Amino acid sequence: MSELIENIEDVVRFPLPVDEEFVIKRHRIEPSGENIGKRICIVTGIHGDELEGQYVCYEIARRIRRDSLSLKGIVDIYPAMNPFGIDSITRGIPAFDLDMNRIFPGNFDGDMNEFTASMIVKELEGADLVIDIHASNIFLTEIPQIRINEKSEKELVPIAKKANMDLIWVHGASTVLESTLAYSLNSRGTNTLVVEMGVGMRITPDYGEQLADGIISIMSELGIWEGEVPKTKEAIVAYDADGDDVCYLNAPCSGIYMKEKEHGAIVRSGESVGKIIDPLSGDVLADIKAPENGMIFTVREYPVVEEGSLMGRILREKVLNGES
Amino acid sequence: MKETIIYSFKGLYRDDFRVKGYEFGSGGKSVCILGSMRGNEYQQIYSCSLLVKKLKKLEVEGKIKDGHTLMVIPCCNPYSVNIKKRFWSIDNTDINRMFPGYDKGETTQRIAAGIFENIKDYKYGIQFASFYMPGHFVPQIRMMKTGNEKVELAKKFGLPFVVLHNPRPFDTATLNYNWQIWETDAFSIYTSSTEKIDKISARQGVNAILTFLAKEGIIEYQGFAGFSSKVVESDKFISIRANAAGILDPMVKAGDNVMQGQVLAYIIDPYTAEIIQTITATTDAVVAFEYDSPMAYKNTALFKLIPGGW
Repeated sequence: MSELIENIEDVVRFPLPVDEEFVIKRHRIEPSGENIGKRICIVTGIHGDELEGQYVCYEIARRIRRDSLSLKGIVDIYPAMNPFGIDSITRGIPAFDLDMNRIFPGNFDGDMNEFTASMIVKELEGADLVIDIHASNIFLTEIPQIRINEKSEKELVPIAKKANMDLIWVHGASTVLESTLAYSLNSRGTNTLVVEMGVGMRITPDYGEQLADGIISIMSELGIWEGEVPKTKEAIVAYDADGDDVCYLNAPCSGIYMKEKEHGAIVRSGESVGKIIDPLSGDVLADIKAPENGMIFTVREYPVVEEGSLMGRILREKVLNGES
Repeated sequence: MKETIIYSFKGLYRDDFRVKGYEFGSGGKSVCILGSMRGNEYQQIYSCSLLVKKLKKLEVEGKIKDGHTLMVIPCCNPYSVNIKKRFWSIDNTDINRMFPGYDKGETTQRIAAGIFENIKDYKYGIQFASFYMPGHFVPQIRMMKTGNEKVELAKKFGLPFVVLHNPRPFDTATLNYNWQIWETDAFSIYTSSTEKIDKISARQGVNAILTFLAKEGIIEYQGFAGFSSKVVESDKFISIRANAAGILDPMVKAGDNVMQGQVLAYIIDPYTAEIIQTITATTDAVVAFEYDSPMAYKNTALFKLIPGGW
């Protein structure tokens, strides 16, 4: 009978100035025996205010323990790549004001953040699949989706289709995004999916369950899981490298945004999706209408907006009709 | 001098957001100088204010040559400065990672687009810049190597060093990079501080710009001629890093000449005051950068040295 071997180990550990050590930890779960098979890495917490992945990490470990004989490979779980950020409700790296997802692949000889980034890349490189779970930010809520740089479309879209997400968004390449963990790993030949779902500072259990089902499905596909596989849904795929599949709702003025549609809502061109109001004067400053037919897949959660703030994204009808 | 609003939008509970410019001279767009883009860049605003005062006087005296318009924008981000927050007030984005901007995008993309639309056609672009780490620099001009950089022009500022560096992915969204791509000759000028005002180095920076403008035939000005600049590639800087963490006790300052083996700093145990690392110079050099936070993290670049001497 196969038993699980579980270890919690350090990915990095070094001293901080005053009586504390900086540490990033990994939970490795593998079956006993010599032939340990492939490796999948579940990564989250690069942005300290994004917590949706916390529940997924727990849930994957729980499901594996529940059906331990079905595990045929290594599952590595990294719930907190930016522990300072999670501890202090900070998106970036506190004390340095850096976005951790803009410093990859890091530098072994660099400062503590660059060093840490280089150690993370070294740790994950060579895995059969890395899933980097994000949760939008505190301003927006997203339907469960996977975002893929057009450069990695061929390798990643077939895997992403197994992930039980609502949407796969293949977006155009951008030089700035070359500093992300996913880009660094994909460019090194380590397949890495970026999940965006839910909203910052909160956990949406239904989304966590949905993604956990998807991860088990992918594990099965990779031969890491031989147990029961949940039924998964077929995602809408937006091949949006030219930026033509999505329209953006940006605030025309500053005010308080009162949304009238939840994400997932199908809207018609000209239909009202929300209002910007001024509580001081009691006026409606702007009626926000859908510019085209489609599905709202991003909705603003944080009501304060200023000119330009993103209030939502609409997936154009042609994508819903399979014409992306 | 003409005061203009470069970009603005209406605030909800705050006064309107305004980016203000000061225009001097008349004719073709010759030079644009920017100050603070982040909320902690006080020295950069102060330096621009000195420049505005000088240019105003030169204009009254008829010393701005015909056919040249100069624009000074002391602050691109008053909202963040006024609440003492480094990045954008609501979403913590960095305007200097949004260029060339997008006028239908998010707030900081729109600000970047609004500013860039007004300043992209100048022949020369100069930005008072700051480093992401707390510390002091020896005054220098920095340029990104985009293929459009003109080193000989940079020497005309007469600052001690001209530093060239290869753009990293995030640099492609900075003002300096995009100015160069739009064929403006772009320079970043580093005076010695950011969050504290250093009057002497601010005056040195202003003098460097006025000297440059005089050498390019844009103004009449006779100031301190400055240095014969040494050109250094940024990857030739020697980083002296902490290999321990603790309280930093520095022994030298930016601009100092140091000898190989000279003690640059000690790192001290924060509870017992025992020395846990003695940091020494690896070569004879000029201290180009000095980290000035009292707490040193492991691997922090405490000093950057340029081999050689003054």
